[in-house]
Amino acid sequence: MTTIFGVPIQALFGQLLVGLINGSFYALLSLGLAIIFGLLGIINFCHGALYMLGALLAWLMLEHLGIGYWPALIVSPIVVGLFGMLIERTMLKRLRGLDPLYGLLLTFGLALLFQGVALNYFGVSGEPYDIPPQLSGGKNLGFMFLPNYRAWVILVSVLFCGLTWFVTERTRFGAYLRASTENPLLVQAFGINVPRLITLTYGLGVALAAFAGVMAAPIYRVSPLMGGDLIIVVFAVVVIGGMGSILGSIVTGFGLGVIEGLTKVFYPEASNTVVFVIMAIVLLVKPAGLFGRAT
Amino acid sequence: MRIGSRLLALFLLLPLAALAQGKTIKIGVLNDQSGLYADLGGQGSVTAAKMAAEEFGNKVAGMPIEIVFADHQNKPDIGSSIATKWMDVEGVDAIVDVPNSGVSLAVAKVVADKNKVFIDSGAATSNLTGKNCTPNTVHWTYDTWALANGTGKEVVKAGGTTWFFLTADYEFGKQLEKDTTAVILANGGKVLGSVLHPLNTTDFSSFLLQAQSSKAKIIGLANAGGDTINSIKAASEFGIVAGGQKLAGLLVFLSDVHSLGLKTAQGLQLTSAFYWDHNDKTRAWSKKFAAKFNNRMPTMVQAGVYAGVLHYLKAVQALKSKDDGKAVVEKMKALPTDDPLFGKGSVRADGRTIHPMYLYEVKKPSESKGPWDYYKLIKEIPADQAFRPLDKGDCPLVTKK
Repeated sequence: MTTIFGVPIQALFGQLLVGLINGSFYALLSLGLAIIFGLLGIINFCHGALYMLGALLAWLMLEHLGIGYWPALIVSPIVVGLFGMLIERTMLKRLRGLDPLYGLLLTFGLALLFQGVALNYFGVSGEPYDIPPQLSGGKNLGFMFLPNYRAWVILVSVLFCGLTWFVTERTRFGAYLRASTENPLLVQAFGINVPRLITLTYGLGVALAAFAGVMAAPIYRVSPLMGGDLIIVVFAVVVIGGMGSILGSIVTGFGLGVIEGLTKVFYPEASNTVVFVIMAIVLLVKPAGLFGRAT
Repeated sequence: MRIGSRLLALFLLLPLAALAQGKTIKIGVLNDQSGLYADLGGQGSVTAAKMAAEEFGNKVAGMPIEIVFADHQNKPDIGSSIATKWMDVEGVDAIVDVPNSGVSLAVAKVVADKNKVFIDSGAATSNLTGKNCTPNTVHWTYDTWALANGTGKEVVKAGGTTWFFLTADYEFGKQLEKDTTAVILANGGKVLGSVLHPLNTTDFSSFLLQAQSSKAKIIGLANAGGDTINSIKAASEFGIVAGGQKLAGLLVFLSDVHSLGLKTAQGLQLTSAFYWDHNDKTRAWSKKFAAKFNNRMPTMVQAGVYAGVLHYLKAVQALKSKDDGKAVVEKMKALPTDDPLFGKGSVRADGRTIHPMYLYEVKKPSESKGPWDYYKLIKEIPADQAFRPLDKGDCPLVTKK
């Protein structure tokens, strides 16, 4: 059998694929963060908690209302997105124009709050959430067994990333958004309701997080700490990709997933830290991030 | 005038000194309150300790009992600094629970230096009663040797002769792998490889693929809590079991099975020191516990905290004093143990509590009659075979004699 660095090439393919799957979650989550930061200038630290709320809501709906995975995939992001808009309207709005640090502190506090309340009711071990029957099982690809659900995750995530990029970069709505971050006063003068646009964008970013949460529920456990465990890595992804760069966070999300996956083969002990090592190197060489523009 | 003020100062200081020395028995529950091990110990261990104190009417030998708790966050430095502060400043007499082997070894040393009492329930490493044993440590519930000897031996005997380990990258995982490897080799099995994963990993698929390509018959999980849950879940998703390889969860807690759900966890064999549905006494106590604790049944760690505190209080009662930690632990070793959860037993010279261990299998969803009805008994490992023989542990306390 052919080997690369002592690892059979077949096994390596499997690892690359697994890395891509993890990368999908990084990409989905960092995408929401990048939109919120890039367009609104808010460092949304409660992104992980909202991701967790998305998953938790899906679990609650299944457990108490008998609503399954597919409806939850739509309902949960909408509900959490509306909740996000409420947060924006009642709290974040008041911090506009202040140093971004204030927003960071507020959202960090909110994250601790949500996490704490959830911990109190659900405990750390979390609750099981089954893979929907349509997507259970898997295919043997020859070099590895690919569970259908994981294939679905890659597919959906690529689709959503592409869609989001297209909407913000190629449509009129996206142009309004970008313009209103450059010069809100001028855009408002053209008759566009900028505050509403901002609320909407925040809601959208948050809905993306909740969506990722529902996607993650069957793979990981629905646990209060699921967001907290992930958010730091996702922030690293955003920083490496370049704060606010949508394309950057998509590419880095997938890329880091793969690098992390490979680390798990060659030096598993470092798999939790490799992302931060890369972050440090990128910051040293290119402080604005791989895709960021220096301002 | 000068004498008067000195006397006054003395009177002012006296009550303070009395407070510090203490006529209250203070028991500190030190464990993971918020991380991946919080459900197997956490606040449940605090509840268990309080239940033990209540058995004595919250008073022993005329001294009221007070239970305090803290979160060591799975960090040895935080654990030992809390322990130091507790014993130096707050007059804590005994520290209990302390899951996470790394933290427990650090705390054991601090407690021995201060001559207080350390009753461990949550940690696994057999080194606590082996080369790191102290005259102040009692290790109550289980250890890596007992787990290896239970699940490991049974699996090899049933034909699981080749192994690949997923091992948590710290003291506990490494010790569990080492103890299990010894059992595997002694029973004619072979270890094909292992991978060290960081503590608190979310995605195990990469490690499982490595285990899969090793072609080992058994994938041994030398991890605990959230890590075990995530490994088992990913294994079921990636068709590991369907592909003919078997999982051996070397340390699985009731809270893990609860979180996995029977559908995923069914058929898993595990070794435990305690299961709530074992006999009338364990059922009665567990129901009392659940009523106080969000209707969650106790894990073996929480049960061990209760039984350990109970035995500690008995020793203090017999001694009528709590201040000399070494003397209290000696008394604990002299008195036979007897409690509703672990039955009759003893604390050995190296600090190991001796009681039977049990090999369980997780029920199929169809076999379970209701919430928390999860295990069926496969066999009982008698107390005299459940733990490492006294002379095999290299504990300095034993070899000295």
